[in-house]
Amino acid sequence: MSAVTILDWGLGLAQAMLVLAMAIAAWRMLRGPRAQDRVLGLDTLYLNGMLAIVVHGMRTGSGLYFEAAFIVGMLGFTASVALAKFLMQGEVVQ
Amino acid sequence: MTGAGLPVWAALLVVGLALTGAAFSLTGAIGLIRLRTFYERVHAPTLGATLGMALILCSSVLLLSLIEGRLVLRDLLIGVFLTVTTPVTLLLLARAAAHRDRHEGRPGAPPKS
Amino acid sequence: MRLLPHPWLSAGLALAWLLLNAPVTPGSLLLALAVGLTVPAVMNALQARPVRVKAPGALLRLAGIVLVDMVRSNIDVARIILGRQTGARRTGFVAIPLDLREPFALSLLSIILTATPGTLWVQYDSDTGRLLLHVLDFPDGEAWIRRVKDRYERPLMEIFA
Repeated sequence: MSAVTILDWGLGLAQAMLVLAMAIAAWRMLRGPRAQDRVLGLDTLYLNGMLAIVVHGMRTGSGLYFEAAFIVGMLGFTASVALAKFLMQGEVVQ
Repeated sequence: MTGAGLPVWAALLVVGLALTGAAFSLTGAIGLIRLRTFYERVHAPTLGATLGMALILCSSVLLLSLIEGRLVLRDLLIGVFLTVTTPVTLLLLARAAAHRDRHEGRPGAPPKS
Repeated sequence: MRLLPHPWLSAGLALAWLLLNAPVTPGSLLLALAVGLTVPAVMNALQARPVRVKAPGALLRLAGIVLVDMVRSNIDVARIILGRQTGARRTGFVAIPLDLREPFALSLLSIILTATPGTLWVQYDSDTGRLLLHVLDFPDGEAWIRRVKDRYERPLMEIFA
């Protein structure tokens, strides 16, 4: 086996595992049961999505995916924080 | 395709790191299903955000450095960013959940400080 | 006004800039220097208190401890998630009275506790210094309080005293 085959298959498998993790997180996000569970699902979803992008960048050997991963990470962070803040203030005024 | 000139041991090392990291992240996601209460589930994603993330980024740094023939540490910035932001997210989420549970008087609510 | 109000922030920013623009060229080095010197001036507008590290050696030792704990607790939590029985575990809230007051040290403690899966920072009361943790699996609450205080809080107080 050559290094190219090992990298291709191994990184492909890693990517598949991360996508499965994303699917599970999406399930938790859709199912709830409560709002905080959904936000937690979203948080896990974007985290694993970001890692999947990093692995994809490794597979293609392109440096472009670094920026994409970083932007996904930042947007996901902002979204989760905003939602968590909303959960805290949506019911009771502090 | 990447890694044409790489030795086999390097490819195995890169793949091993990436697979272990992905396995930890997947385990964290599975925890979202298997753990029963919300406060238990909040622990689950940290698996992917700490060791899973670190192993995958190490693997990426290793591969890029080997391909380009110099030390490429750029991906570590993602690690720094995640390390700083994950506590903020989880802390806010846990506090929001505690606040809601106390307000609604649910049995699993954390004790009032 | 001093030239470097936040030396650690300056160094960190310059380093991040260089990492983003590797390989290092004279031009990017100059820009990194400019970023490191000018951007921390923004922090003055935020009136952030500068961070003073008293014991760099203790900081390194703490980083080592945290790294080991992180790997170990990751494996523990993975075993809990993938394990067969989930009934025997004791999970719940632990209240820890903290003596640590320095804001930066406290945020570092929150990062440490989050980075070791199995512990979750729920609430901190800055008036009483009481920290509410959720622990996924603890044999005994007293042991946890001692663990957090001995392993993390004492080195942090030493570093940022």
